[in-house]
Amino acid sequence: MWITNSPIADVFVVWAKTDDGIIRGFILDKGMKGLSAPKIEGKLALRASITGEIVMDEVFVSEEQLMPNVQGLKGPFGCLNSARYGISWGALGAAESCWMQARQYTLDRIQFGRPLAANQLIQKKLADMQTEITLGLSAALQVGRLFDDGRLAPESISLIKRNNCGKALEIARLARDMHGGNGISDEFHVIRHVMNLETVNTYEGTHDVHALILGRAQTGIQAFC
Amino acid sequence: MTKSNTRTTFDWADPMLFNEQLTEEERLIQDTARDFSQDKLMPRVLEANRNEVFDREIMNEFGKFGFLGSTIPEKYGGVGASYVSYGLIAREVERVDSGYRSAMSVQSSLVMHPIYAYGSEEQRTKYLPKLASAEWIGCFGLTEPDAGSDPGGMKTRAKSVTVD
Repeated sequence: MWITNSPIADVFVVWAKTDDGIIRGFILDKGMKGLSAPKIEGKLALRASITGEIVMDEVFVSEEQLMPNVQGLKGPFGCLNSARYGISWGALGAAESCWMQARQYTLDRIQFGRPLAANQLIQKKLADMQTEITLGLSAALQVGRLFDDGRLAPESISLIKRNNCGKALEIARLARDMHGGNGISDEFHVIRHVMNLETVNTYEGTHDVHALILGRAQTGIQAFC
Repeated sequence: MTKSNTRTTFDWADPMLFNEQLTEEERLIQDTARDFSQDKLMPRVLEANRNEVFDREIMNEFGKFGFLGSTIPEKYGGVGASYVSYGLIAREVERVDSGYRSAMSVQSSLVMHPIYAYGSEEQRTKYLPKLASAEWIGCFGLTEPDAGSDPGGMKTRAKSVTVD
């Protein structure tokens, strides 16, 4: 469920429990009997990418399709660490786009005889956007340096995935607001980023679940079972 | 001794001088990704989003620029880039649209990464070069209708069977 690219996929990396209850990874190929990938219709986010299901009905999988070198949840989590790290950078790109557009729009838009950007309320929002993006980028770069250095703990990825996505969503919503009525038109792009970031804040570990990872790391108590 | 800061001007768009902290190679990758995203992706995104259409050709273009599995060694079709570079590419693509970045992330982190990290040599050789070029597109099956935040609760089973 919620599988990016599945309807157009040739290769399916699928995780399943074997007879002993241990999670193992398999590589399946398009066209195998019993394997299908219907598209999910009606998404109001990430509409420029395709999402579907993977349906497996008694698919026969040979020994050669098993990935031999990993067992248990650490397999999929290893993949998710890498993906979540990328998302923490990506979300900032969307946020920067919203910031730059909101700045330009409020400089260009004249109301009451002066630019919207002359208002303290607008400048405060721009300052918040600038600050969060700048801090987020500095953190992402440091996490990237640790990753390349082989010294990165998954909890650090939870920290930047959670914060950068949450802050990006807030920034996109503010930018939408600063565009007034035009903010809901797709031609101004910010509403598309708002809708997309609703997903980005949720997928690959929700904002709340990453909080619980960080909570566990500092209390020693796991709040999810 | 502390240097004088009196003549330093503030760059409002880059307050912490982020760009100066990148290596030359990282800046080159960043510029390439930015130009590609703005020139090739930005003109398409409005109609794609409005009509809920994903252009398969975008994956081929990602492949051509080395954005699929960029951290994978060249031997398997990647470009052996750093994780910082991977992050910079994600940022530039998502500056246009999170959906396009998602398509790239899945192929790179959720399909090519596990095959490289956990697969056999035969699996690496068979799949990675074609995934890097986007001749093949991959996807990642973990989330189920009743197993989202709790992937350990998955229902998918691989039962051993005897083949005659």
